[in-house]
Amino acid sequence: MATAYTPGLTVTARTTHRVRRLLPISGDVLVKKGDTVASQDIVAETFMPGDITPVNIANILSLPPGDVAECMLKKEGDPVEAGEPIARTKGIFGLFKNTCTARVGGTLESISSVTGQVMIRGEPEPVSVRAYLSGDVMTVLPDEGVEIETDVSFVQGIFGVGGETYGRIVMACESHEQELTAELIKPVMKECIIVGGARMTGSAIERAREIGASAIVSGGMDDEDLRDFLGYDLGVAITGSEDVGITLIITEGFGDIAMAARTFKLLGSRAGADASVNGATQIRAGVMRPEILIPLTAEGRAKSPKSAPSDGQLVPGRPVRIIRDPYFGVLGTVGALPSEPQVLDSGSKARVLEVKLDSGDSVIIPRANVELIEG
Amino acid sequence: MTTIDPDTVKVILATDCGSTTTKAILIQFVDGQYRQTHRGEAPTSVEEPFADVTIGVINAVTEVAELADRKLVDADGRIIQPAKGNAGCDLYISTSSAGGGLQMLVAGVVRQMTAESAKRAALGAGAIVMDVIASNDERRPHDQIQRIRELRPDMILISGGTDGGTTTHVVQIAELIAPAKPQPRFGSDYRMPIIYAGNAKAASLIEDVFDDTVDLAIVENLRPVLERENLGPARDKIHDVFLEHVMAHAPGYDKLMSWVDAPIMPTPGAVGNILQTIAERQSINAVGVDIGGATTDVFSVFGGTFNRTVSANLGMSYSISNVCAEATMPNILRWVHFDMDERELRNRVKNKMIRPTTIPQTIEALVFEQAVAREALRLAYQQHKEFATTLKGVQQQRTVGDTFSQQTGGQTIVDSMKLDLIVGSGGVLSHAPRMHQTALMLIDAFQPEGITRLAKDSIFMMPHLGVLAQVHPKAAMEVFDRDCLIYLGTCVASVGPAKAGRTSFEYAITGDTLNESGEMCWGDLKLLALGQQETARITLTPARGVDVGGGPGKRVEQTVHGGTVGLVLDARGRPLVLGDAPEVERWVNALDLYPQMAAMV
Repeated sequence: MATAYTPGLTVTARTTHRVRRLLPISGDVLVKKGDTVASQDIVAETFMPGDITPVNIANILSLPPGDVAECMLKKEGDPVEAGEPIARTKGIFGLFKNTCTARVGGTLESISSVTGQVMIRGEPEPVSVRAYLSGDVMTVLPDEGVEIETDVSFVQGIFGVGGETYGRIVMACESHEQELTAELIKPVMKECIIVGGARMTGSAIERAREIGASAIVSGGMDDEDLRDFLGYDLGVAITGSEDVGITLIITEGFGDIAMAARTFKLLGSRAGADASVNGATQIRAGVMRPEILIPLTAEGRAKSPKSAPSDGQLVPGRPVRIIRDPYFGVLGTVGALPSEPQVLDSGSKARVLEVKLDSGDSVIIPRANVELIEG
Repeated sequence: MTTIDPDTVKVILATDCGSTTTKAILIQFVDGQYRQTHRGEAPTSVEEPFADVTIGVINAVTEVAELADRKLVDADGRIIQPAKGNAGCDLYISTSSAGGGLQMLVAGVVRQMTAESAKRAALGAGAIVMDVIASNDERRPHDQIQRIRELRPDMILISGGTDGGTTTHVVQIAELIAPAKPQPRFGSDYRMPIIYAGNAKAASLIEDVFDDTVDLAIVENLRPVLERENLGPARDKIHDVFLEHVMAHAPGYDKLMSWVDAPIMPTPGAVGNILQTIAERQSINAVGVDIGGATTDVFSVFGGTFNRTVSANLGMSYSISNVCAEATMPNILRWVHFDMDERELRNRVKNKMIRPTTIPQTIEALVFEQAVAREALRLAYQQHKEFATTLKGVQQQRTVGDTFSQQTGGQTIVDSMKLDLIVGSGGVLSHAPRMHQTALMLIDAFQPEGITRLAKDSIFMMPHLGVLAQVHPKAAMEVFDRDCLIYLGTCVASVGPAKAGRTSFEYAITGDTLNESGEMCWGDLKLLALGQQETARITLTPARGVDVGGGPGKRVEQTVHGGTVGLVLDARGRPLVLGDAPEVERWVNALDLYPQMAAMV
C-alpha cells in the first residue's frame, strides 16, 4: 500500500447533509417532494400490528384441545374486550359451566384445535417518524419514508448515549480546555444543547438532567460517570435507545480530555442556533457516530464556503488526532510516513508515522493509532 | 459449479470474507506437494458505500497476485480460471462471516433437551444464536412473542418432541412464532426461512400453522429419540438456506457465488470442519479458539464429538468493555505484575471500545491487553465447557456399582486431562510480539492438565482449509500439516493437592538436544528449550496424589514435541490460583515474556 487510509470524524462549518427517515414497516408518507419541513414535523406514520397474547383455553377450562372450537363464544376475527367471556364449557346438564375471559382487548386472531390455544391481537400501535433535520424533502420513498437535505454545520462525536433530540446551542464553558462542572449549568439552559469544553463531570450531567437540558456535548467523560448515569456498565458500544432523559455526546474520548479547539470554536460560532442531535453510536458493522447538525440560514451559507470531502488519506501536513496512550488526545500534523514497519515499545512491529506536535516536538506513532481531523 | 478432478488442480485460490477484512491465500503445487505460498488482505466491502463483497475479494486477490507475480484477475474484474502458465487458478473457494455472519433464532420444547440440541445444530453450522425459545424458558408466552418480534434473524430452526411422541408442545411453539411474523434482516421481499426438525408426526400440523409469508422446510428430527442426536440433516439444511437465502440477499454475493467452485460456507462452520478432520485423522482430542474483536469462538472435539460455542460479547476491541464488566477488573489485574491506576484503565478500555482498530504502543498497554485476553478466553472456555455436555434428559440404567459415582446426563465432555492439542487464533494470539506470550495466554486461560501440545494458526488459514477439505482433502491436509499451524511447544501440568514449596513432580528428559532432570515444586513454572521439529522422551514421577496424565501418583513416560517456545513445565496447580504480583512476575520471568521490561528495570 502506498498510502494509508485513516478516516476520522468530520467537523465542518458547512456541508450538505441528507438524512433518510424510514418507517419500520410500510405506511403513509405525509409530505411531498420539494416541501420544506421543520425538524420536529411528522413526515410519515403507520400502525404496528398490536401485541399478541396467547390464551390456553384447553388448560384453563380443562378440555381436550379438539373440543375448544365448539366452546368458543367468539370466532376468528371477532373483536374482544378485556374481561369479556370468550369461551364457556357446556357443563353438566347445563349447570357448572366454566368460563374463560379475555385478559386483554383486541381481535381474536386464531383458534388452534391442536394445542387448544387462542391468540388475541391487541390494538394497532401508531408509529410516527419526525423529520429530524429542518430542510427540504428531496426524495419520497413511497410507503416507506423520505430523504431530507439541507446545508448544515456538522460535528461528529466519537461516542454518545441517548437518541434524537433538538435544542438551541448554548456555550457553558469559556474555553475548550475548561471542565464542564455543575456550577456552569444554569436553569436558562432548559431544552438547550449545552456545549462544554473538556471532561463533563458526573454532577454536571445530573444537573443538566435536572434542569431539563436536551443534550450535553463536551470533550470527554469518565467511564465511572457513564456507569453511574446509565446504572450499568456499558459492554458494547451500541447506543441510542437508552431512555435516560438527556443525550450525551463526547467528541474526543473517555478521560480528562479537552475538546479539539476547532470543534469548540465551530460550536461557539453557532451558539444560539437550533440544532438536531443524536447520541446513537454503533461501532460494529455499519459504523454510526453521534452527530450535531446545525442548519445554516441563507446568510450562514453565504459566509461559510463548503469544504471539500476528505479522501481519508494520511498525507504530510494534514491535521491528526492521536487516539491511543501514551499520547491519547494529542493533536498534531502528519510528518514523515516511513514505508517500512518499525518495532514499537510493546515489541510489536507496525507501520508508523511521525506526528509533529503543536509544541514543536515530534513523536512516532503506529498508523492505527491516529485519525484524521476532517472537514 | 463444475466437477473437480483433484489430480489436475495445481493452483488454488481461497478467500475468507470477514466482518472487517477479506483474506486471500494462494496454494500451489510445488515440488510434488501443496503449499500455501502467498497471502493478501483488503477491507471487506459489504457495507456502504461499496455494498458489493466482490470488491474486497478482488482487492485481496490483487494483493496476492502482485506478491506472487501471477495474474489472477482479468480486465473485467473476474478471477481467471483455469490456471494457464503464469495466470489464473484451477480452484476458487470462499468462506464468509461478513455482515455479522449467519444469525439464527432457535426454538425447542424443553430448554435442556430439544432446544439445546437445536442450538448445537445451529452453532455447529456456524451460526450466531440470537436467542433460544423454549416452553420452559421461564418467560411468559407473550414475552416470548415480543422477543421474536424484536429479533431480525436470518432464519429460524424449530425442534421439539421425539419421533412418534406428543405433538402438542411443538405445535404450541410454532403457534408462538407464526403470529409474531419475525422480520428477516435483509430485504423486505425475502420470506423468512424456517427449518422444522422436530417430531415427524407433527410435521403436517406445523405446515398448517404457518402461512406463505414464511419459507418452511421440513427435515429429519434432530432428536429422534432422547438418547440420540441427529444433527446432520438440520445442519445441512442450514447451510443450504444460508446459501439460497441469506447469501443471495447480501450485497454482491450472487456474483461471488457464481465464481466459487464449492459452496460458500460460514467461516466458523469451515473452522469446525477442519478441526474435526484433524482430530479424527490423528485420533486426538483438540480444542480450537478464535478470539476476535467482537466475539470468541471455541471449538472442541472430544472422543469424536464436535462442539462449538460463540461467546457473542467476549472480544478484544468492540467487546473489550464487556469482558471487563463480566470478568471484573480485579480478575483482569491479577494477571498484571505491576501497579496500574484503575480509573485510568477503565477509561482506556472504553477508548479501545470506541476506537477498536488501535494497537498497544507501550509495553504496559500490551501487558494489560493480554491480561484482558486471558479473561476473555477463560470465560469463553468456561461457557464452552458448560455447553459441551452429554445429552440431558437421557434415562440412565444404574447398577449397585454406581452408588458412589452417580452421574447424571449433562456432564461436560471437555476433559482438560484428556486434551491433546490447543490451537489458538485471532489477533491478540496471532500477533503477540513473542510467541512465549501466546503460549502462556493459552496455558493460563485453558489450564490444560497432563501433557498438551500448543499451536497457533499462523495466518488464520483454518477457514480456507475447512472448505478446501470438502473438495480437495489431500491439498487441505498437506497445507494444514506444513503451513497452517505453528507449533509453540508442549505444556506439562500437574493436578493434585498443592502445598507451597513441596514437590509436585520429578522429571527426566532425554533427547537429541534436551537432556535434563529435576523436580518441580508447587508454584513453579519452567521453560526448557526444545525447538521445532524436535522431540524428546519425558518421564514424569508425580508425588503422591498428584496426576500428570496417568492418574494420581502414577508415573508417565511419553514423547513430547518442541516448538517455537519449547517445553513448559507447569506446577502452579489446577485450578490456577494466582498469588500476589511478585509471584506473577516470577512466572512472567520464567517464560521471559517481556524482555524489554526486564531491561527497563
